[in-house]
Formats: sequence, C-alpha cells, structure tokens
Amino acid sequence: MSELDLTAGPAAPEKAREAAGLAPALPHYVSREPFDPYAVDRMTPAQERFYRASPRLLMWWRFRRHKVAVASGFLLLVFYVAIVFCEFLAPYALDSRHTDFIYAPPQSVHIFYDGRLVRPYVEGFDYHLDMTDLRRVYIADPKKPEPIRFLCRGDPYSWWGVAAGDIHLLCPSRGGTLFLLGTDRLGRDMLSRIIYGARISLTVGLIGVAVSFTLGILVGGIAGYYGGWTDLLIQRGIEVVQSFPHLPLWMALAAILPVTWSPVLVYFGITIILGMIEWTHLARAVRGKLLSLREEDFCTAAVLMGARPARIIGRHLLPSFMSHLIASATLTIPSMILGETALSFLGLGLRPPITSWGVLLSEAQNISVVALYPWLMLPVIPVILTVLAFNFLGDGLRDAADPYH
Amino acid sequence: MLGYLVRRILIMIPTLIAISIVIFVIINLPPGNYFTTYIAELQSQGEHANLAKIAFLEKEYGFNKPLWEQYLYWAGGLLHGNMGFSFLYDEPVSRVVGDRLMMTFLVSFTTILFTYFVAFPIGVYSATHQYSLSDYALTFLGFLGLATPSFLFALVLVYLAHVWFGISIGGLMDPRYLDKPWSWGKALSVFAHIWIPVIVIGTAGTAAMIRRLRANLLDELQKQYVVTARAKGLPPLKLLFKYPLRLALNPFISDIGSLLPHVISGAVVVSVVMSLPTTGPMLLDALRSQDMYLAGSFLMFMAFLTVVGVFLSDLALAALDPRIRFHTTAG
Repeated sequence: MSELDLTAGPAAPEKAREAAGLAPALPHYVSREPFDPYAVDRMTPAQERFYRASPRLLMWWRFRRHKVAVASGFLLLVFYVAIVFCEFLAPYALDSRHTDFIYAPPQSVHIFYDGRLVRPYVEGFDYHLDMTDLRRVYIADPKKPEPIRFLCRGDPYSWWGVAAGDIHLLCPSRGGTLFLLGTDRLGRDMLSRIIYGARISLTVGLIGVAVSFTLGILVGGIAGYYGGWTDLLIQRGIEVVQSFPHLPLWMALAAILPVTWSPVLVYFGITIILGMIEWTHLARAVRGKLLSLREEDFCTAAVLMGARPARIIGRHLLPSFMSHLIASATLTIPSMILGETALSFLGLGLRPPITSWGVLLSEAQNISVVALYPWLMLPVIPVILTVLAFNFLGDGLRDAADPYH
Repeated sequence: MLGYLVRRILIMIPTLIAISIVIFVIINLPPGNYFTTYIAELQSQGEHANLAKIAFLEKEYGFNKPLWEQYLYWAGGLLHGNMGFSFLYDEPVSRVVGDRLMMTFLVSFTTILFTYFVAFPIGVYSATHQYSLSDYALTFLGFLGLATPSFLFALVLVYLAHVWFGISIGGLMDPRYLDKPWSWGKALSVFAHIWIPVIVIGTAGTAAMIRRLRANLLDELQKQYVVTARAKGLPPLKLLFKYPLRLALNPFISDIGSLLPHVISGAVVVSVVMSLPTTGPMLLDALRSQDMYLAGSFLMFMAFLTVVGVFLSDLALAALDPRIRFHTTAG
C-alpha cells in the first residue's frame, strides 16, 4: 500500500478532536495516480479496440463484412478510375472508322499458335460479300496471326482536351485489326466506344444524384423541421410527383430540351431531369428522420441557445443520419443510369456526337441486329455490371450505416 | 370505414388537379407549339401550309389566349371525357387512342397479376430457406432482372419467341387479326403475344417485390410468437400461413402504389421496342411533334391510373388490416 500517503491531512484539527475526547479521524486519503475511469473493469486490448472505435471505424468494419459489397465497391472504383484514362485504354479513337470492316464480328484472343505458346494474337479476317444474303461475311483465318502490341503508338488523341498523345494500352499489329468486341455499322470499334461511353454513362448518375440529394435534403429538411402545414403541403406535393410514372415524365421533360442545344448542354439537361424526379424518396427519408430527431434533447438545447433553423438542421440534425442518406442515394444511382439508357435508346436522351451506353444501344434497336450482329448489344454488359455493383454497394452501405444496430 | 373512404376520395381530388397543372405546364414548356413546328417543317420542304386552316385551329383551340384559359379549357374538357384534338392525326384524341388505352390497361393489369404470382411463392420460399443456395440463386436472379435494361430484354425475348415458337414479331396479336372484330382466335392470339411484354415489364417489379416480401417475412419469422408456436408443435406450413405470412402481406398490397408507376414506365419503353398497340409509341410520337393535347391526355391518363391504383390498394389495405382502418378513422 505504498500509494497511501499517511502523512497527508491537516494536523491542527487533530488536536481539537483529542481535546474533545474523540477518537482520531481516519487519515485523509489522496491517490497521486492519474484518474482512470476504466480501472474497475479492465478490457483486453482487443475489446478496447472494439468498444472505443469511432462510429466511422465501426461502419468500415461492418461494411467490410459484406464481401459482395466490397467487391462491388472495388469494381466501381476501377470503372471510375478508368473513365479518367479512356483515351489511353481504348485501342482506337472514338470516331476512327474502318470502312473495310463494317459489322465485323469480335476477334478472339489466342495465345497458342501451332501448338506453341506465343504472345497474344488475333486472327486476321478474310472478307467476302455473300451475294445471296447480301451481307458481309468475315472469316477468321488461323493462318494470319496478328500479334497485339502493348503500350504503342496508335490513333492520336487529346487527353481531356489538355494533353496530346498517341500512346495506347493495346494496339493492333501493323496493318492488322484489333476488334475485340466487333465493329458497328460505320466500322467503329465497339470496345473503344464502350470505354468512351463509360465516361458519360457513369457520370450521369453521379450528377443526377447530386441534384436529387440537394433537393431532397432541402425539401425534406424544411418539411421535417417545420412540420404542420408546411409539412402537409410538401407531403402532398411529393405524392403528386411520385404518382407520375417516371419514364413518361422523363420523356416529356427531355422533349423540352431545345434541339439547338450543344451536346454538353443536353447532357447537363438530362442529368438534371433525372435528378428532378428521384429526389422524392430522399426527401421522405430526411423528413421522417428529422421528425423524430427534432424531439431530441440536443436539438432543444440548440434552439434554446438561439441557433437558427438552418444551423440546427445542417449542424446538429443532418450529421446524425448522413450515412443513411448516402446509402439510399447510392441506391438511386442505378435507376438513373438505367433511365439515361432508356431515354437515349428512345432517342430523347443524349444524341450521337455524345457517346453513352444508351446511345450505343440505340443502334441495337431492331430484331435484325439480334439475329445478325448480336455484338452490338454488348454495351448492355457494362450497364448490368454497374447497376448490379451500385445495388450491392448500396446494400452494404445501408447495413453499415447503422453500426450500433 | 365510410369516413376513411370519403376522406381518401377528398384527398384524391386536389392531387389530380395538381397533377393536371403540372402536366399542362410541362407540355407547354417547349418553345412554340405544334403549328410552328409543323409550318417550319413544311417550309423546309418547300411546301406551303394551309395557313387559313391553321389560323382557324389556332383560334379554335385558343392558342392565342392566356395559358390559364387554355388550361381551363383542357381540364374542363377532360372532366367531360373530351381529351382534346390531336393535330398530328387530325382527329379527336379519344378516337386516336381508342383501343390503345384499353390495351395499356390490359398489359398493365396482366403484368401486375404476373408480378404477384411470381413474387409471392419465390419470396416465401427464399425467406423460409434463408441463406440456402437456392435463396442466393433466386436473389441474384432478381437483381439481374432489376439491372437489365428492359428494352434489350424485350428484343431478345421477341427474337427467341420467333425462332423457337414461331410467334410473329411485334404487336399484340397475329397480323391477320388486325382490324378484325373480336373472336376466340383473336383473343387466343393476344394471349400468345402478351406474355413477352408481361414478362419483360414484370421482371423489374417482381425482383423488388421478392426482396421486400422476403425482408418482411424474415422480420416476422424471428419474433417470439413464432418460436412459441413452433415449440407448441404447430405444423410448419400451418404456422407460416396462419400468422407471419398474413402480417408480411401488408406491403404486398400497399406496394401497388410504387408498382404501378414502374409498370407503366416499363410498358412505355417495351411497347416502343415491340411496337405494341398501346400508348407508349404514340406518346413518343406526340412528344416529338409537340402534339400537346395528345401527349397531355396520355400523361394524364397514366397518372390517373396510378392515383386510382394507389387508392384501390389503400382501400384493400384498410379492409384487410383493422389497425389501419381504426387508426385513420379515429385519428
């Protein structure tokens, strides 16, 4: 008991107590050790790490358990990094046409030639016109290997209009072709066009979600915070918007965009239209949460301290359920991507100088494509992958958003 | 119940009015009107439009009047079942759409039935077999249905139906029944054709429905009364159908509200691809050529269908679930 300091304590009252015939008081006890509130039940370092983790860390742990969501997140990350370097990743430029190879089928990559392992090559085409069916027939010739070149000079490009270059990840052999996913009606390489299309299709959802996020928080925040008549009016308004079938409304709004607009303006117009319909779900979520949260003590305290509504909503209420909002916003991105695809397919969305997956798919509009040139439907694969990935990611985020649950 | 009904109908009226205003604003937003587009088109082809007729129509339909008067004219006409005049077809809208509204209704209705019939057993199955291989497979299939753009799915199915079953491409019936009066053969032909659009449109909604039913049923199955009933020795199937399933059914019915807009949206794209005689392709044409009464009346019809659908589902829900009925009449 060395930490007990028996000499501590005033000496003078002791004499007074003795004079009064009382027993000596117990020595005054002061521990010099720093105070440790957790001394009573010690936790193991592992427990401590868990119980004292910040909410953000808890969310991350929880998210990590959802393996599919993590994989989806990784896939999306790869996609979004890829759209930065489209020019480099695509074997050809967006609009380079190969008039000798119209509707050429996909060329498959081979690594064995004559039974020996060689560098990857594709088989060159033999081409003739089938005069009875009136269609071009391409036959891959196993005797004509065309080795793929890596990191080589190809079509010149201007990276984001900033840096000029002509280095590509993959190029065809000199004088050969490299159409891994075939070509379209103008002899343009589908793979390159899909890679460039990602730039538009993947950002449409992001900008749209930003619009609907802002609108949702604003409107839902006002409805949930003020309640009463404001709430009632906004609720009815949301019901009106929700009772519209989305696509016809999107079509009607997209038809408003003037034909004279430049492609970039049309692109922004479409994203804003997509965002303008989807905000209602977010607004509802915000409103519901706010209605319950504004009864909490910390909110009353903030009101009493004279904080204005904007500050209370923005500083005190929103952060408490931001993670939920982000999760549900993630879940609205896929419907926007699909919406853009459908609009462009119908010819009301983006138009040809701009290349999105929907624009590419609008080439696959009739049954003859399915029968004769099925590779024109390939842009649907990245669409499905992206939509699936966003769905799984959103699922994982939603589970992780409430780590104390 | 009666009070609930009356209140619910009273709410519907302002909603419909607001919807009609929004639609009217939207179809009037593009610069110019059908005639300016039409005249410009004719002039670009070096022809002269019949200006006298156009001036007459413009006056007749009040294009020179203020917007609110035009709105009142249009909305007032709708109340009397007069949907206005289609300039594109040079006929009253009601005659242009005729059968198409009927067909849209038929396709939407069949799709919802399909959704229920497919989603119900699958949802129950994957909830009772949680985390089994088949649960994962069904969930994945559902997600896939959600992620595939419907127009492409429709295209492939039409092709396969043609190759495998010899069903004629496009349309809702065999070409030889077009313009014929209704007969058994025609009805059968419609049934042979309707399943493709129904499957395509239904897929996305079905997936969402399965997930929701599964989640709800799982919540119920974890409750204590289920454990008690099981401990008592109630046969599993009886237990499932007697209590948890009934409780999990609510969203199934209330979901019509969110299902209907999806179905109608899906129907628009799919019908354009498959050239179905529904409202989809016509809406697209009307929007492109600024045939405002045609487009507006179509949009109004679709929104109306949704609002009425939600109303019916609310009624069914109230009839089914005493909690809702008593709560709303009391409060």
